[in-house]
Amino acid sequence: MSKGKVVSLSVGSGGKQMQDFIEEIIHTKFSNDILLQSSDSAILDISHGIESGKLAFTTDSFIVQPEFFNGGDIGKLSICGTVNDLAVSGAIPKYISLSLIIPEGYKYDDLERVLTSIQQEVFKSGVKIVTGDTKVMPIGTLDSILINTAGIGEIVKDLTQFSNISLGDNVIVTSDIARHSMAIMLARDEFGFVGDIETDSASLNKMMESVYSYDIKFARDATRGGLSTVLNEITSKIDFGIEIYEDKIPIRKDVESLCKTLGFDPLSLANEGVIVLIVSRRDTKKVVDVLRSNEYGEHATVIGEVSTCKSVVLNTFIGGRRYVEVPHGEILPRIC
Amino acid sequence: MNELINNASKKENIDKLLKQITVKSEGSRYRIMEICGTHTVSISRTGLRSILPKNIELISGPGCPVCVTSQGEIDLIFDLISKGLSIITFGDLLRIPSSKRENLLNARSEGADINVIYSPLDAIKIAKNDINKEYVFVAVGFETTAPAIAALIKEIASNDINNLSVLSLCKTMPEAIKYILSDDDLQIDGFLAPGHVTLVTGASLYNDIVESNRAVVVAGFEPIEILRAIDSIVDQVNSKKFMIDNKYKHVVSGKPNALALKMIDDVFKQSVSVWRGIGTLDNSGLQIRDIYSKYNALVKHSLSYNEKEEIKGCKCGAVLTGKISPMQCPLFAKSCTVDNPIGPCMVSSEGTCFAYYQYERLSL
Repeated sequence: MSKGKVVSLSVGSGGKQMQDFIEEIIHTKFSNDILLQSSDSAILDISHGIESGKLAFTTDSFIVQPEFFNGGDIGKLSICGTVNDLAVSGAIPKYISLSLIIPEGYKYDDLERVLTSIQQEVFKSGVKIVTGDTKVMPIGTLDSILINTAGIGEIVKDLTQFSNISLGDNVIVTSDIARHSMAIMLARDEFGFVGDIETDSASLNKMMESVYSYDIKFARDATRGGLSTVLNEITSKIDFGIEIYEDKIPIRKDVESLCKTLGFDPLSLANEGVIVLIVSRRDTKKVVDVLRSNEYGEHATVIGEVSTCKSVVLNTFIGGRRYVEVPHGEILPRIC
Repeated sequence: MNELINNASKKENIDKLLKQITVKSEGSRYRIMEICGTHTVSISRTGLRSILPKNIELISGPGCPVCVTSQGEIDLIFDLISKGLSIITFGDLLRIPSSKRENLLNARSEGADINVIYSPLDAIKIAKNDINKEYVFVAVGFETTAPAIAALIKEIASNDINNLSVLSLCKTMPEAIKYILSDDDLQIDGFLAPGHVTLVTGASLYNDIVESNRAVVVAGFEPIEILRAIDSIVDQVNSKKFMIDNKYKHVVSGKPNALALKMIDDVFKQSVSVWRGIGTLDNSGLQIRDIYSKYNALVKHSLSYNEKEEIKGCKCGAVLTGKISPMQCPLFAKSCTVDNPIGPCMVSSEGTCFAYYQYERLSL
């Protein structure tokens, strides 16, 4: 770490700076074989007690402004996020820890709302909160509630291995993209826009369980940094590129037009209910059919394939081709 | 409401038009400059360049307000910060580097108060919210943005808001267009004119271009609209009958917007302005009129503009005037990246270098 330097917001934004921070600082300081896998959950080999002998373990911290928004709140996010990190790792989520860091003076009504959301989501996803912690910070040291959850799941099928991906595999997204970012953007009410865009935040473990039996090679949820970050992470670890097709990427009309107005690339925006699956050609159709029968997979579709191209290439709807870059730093609205 | 996008019918129209352009342009070379950064980004993001026949070349012009902001002007923003003032500005400006290679994001991490807004009038809300802070709204923009900034200044005055002033770095297009046309080496056959600037100025802004025997088409920002404009430019060049063609009629009448122009004129006077890569152009800047000097940050905070050298090696100027493509700049994607931009063309999401870096850097 360079002397005198301070942490900027971009380090937490899910883009290039965050990747650099993790690789250059976290990985250097705490280097070990499990951490260096950089998976959504660490895969722990305990070799006894459970059938597969493997556990998935993950943690995530949640802070969002505003805490309540269309279709969800920070409580819901804190469960869905950890449940989904386990589910995309190929695990059945089992146990969750819940840590609350609350600013002094926080309203009990709001706390009640957050905890009720957590309760509902825990029920939906079928996990148990088995341990937790509460801290209160003095007024002025924290602006809003901060939640950390960690989760343990039982591995059914390890979906974190990049080496399972082969040339010709298909790329599936399980839902339409960019909805969460735009819901938050509207809830912040900074830009004077109104709209009815709900977050896509949902626990996707049941949907994932319904497709574990098929030939899925790899899975990851497209949260911060969006689809472009996940696809670039994948191509950086394999010998191939990924070719995707703009006209196949599901996105709602209202979401797309808001992105256009603000100058945002929907491929780089955060989702809370979208998973990227890499699936063998043989099982692609079956997987899409099963996903579509799930309430959160209605718009599941094949958006591209693992190909011999360099990095991630987007075939635009007009028939053009362009490179898909990892988003850089904070995503900022443009001037005109 | 929850319907997904479907571009199938758009694609059909694009294929048809593209075929038509390919046939009629065969055998000749056409160099077309898009003046506006929004066009540049649309061309890069949709991969339009990659589907056009090779004999039609699209070149980016000086139409990104962040990109043409001179180093001396940028440094004024950092002078404000060092005086301990709170900044309100557009998101596009946050990564712009000072001559010491600082930017507003880093300044914010180090404790400076930097507020991002989308609509200028929001600055009033921010200033009213904390009357103990002294705010400066940093305004960049062309004729499109200037009316909203003028409206802000009027609003500050009529509400007599004492803790908010405006640093106007706004510029106007006519002199920049004249400058580009004055270049004897300029090999441009036609211009894509920005729809939203035309909305304010009217199409007469482009009279000089037609008089120099070049085509002008006012166009929207969808790929099909850009293709229609290219089609018209090819026709004009082939027939040697040059005119201002308005392909954006559903939005732009071609007549000036008297109300917007009056708003600009009420608050601003034309002034000399320094353009990055171009230099000093008379009557190309918008300076706040004396009657509003109470709200002019230059006056209120006794700032003085000093001309600064652009960062060494940066070829933004050549990029902005269509002389080179970003890829021909020796710093591009080497020392100058989106993460660590050297020139403002790499900073703004409407900047030419940003668009190439983000979408066209790698050969596919």
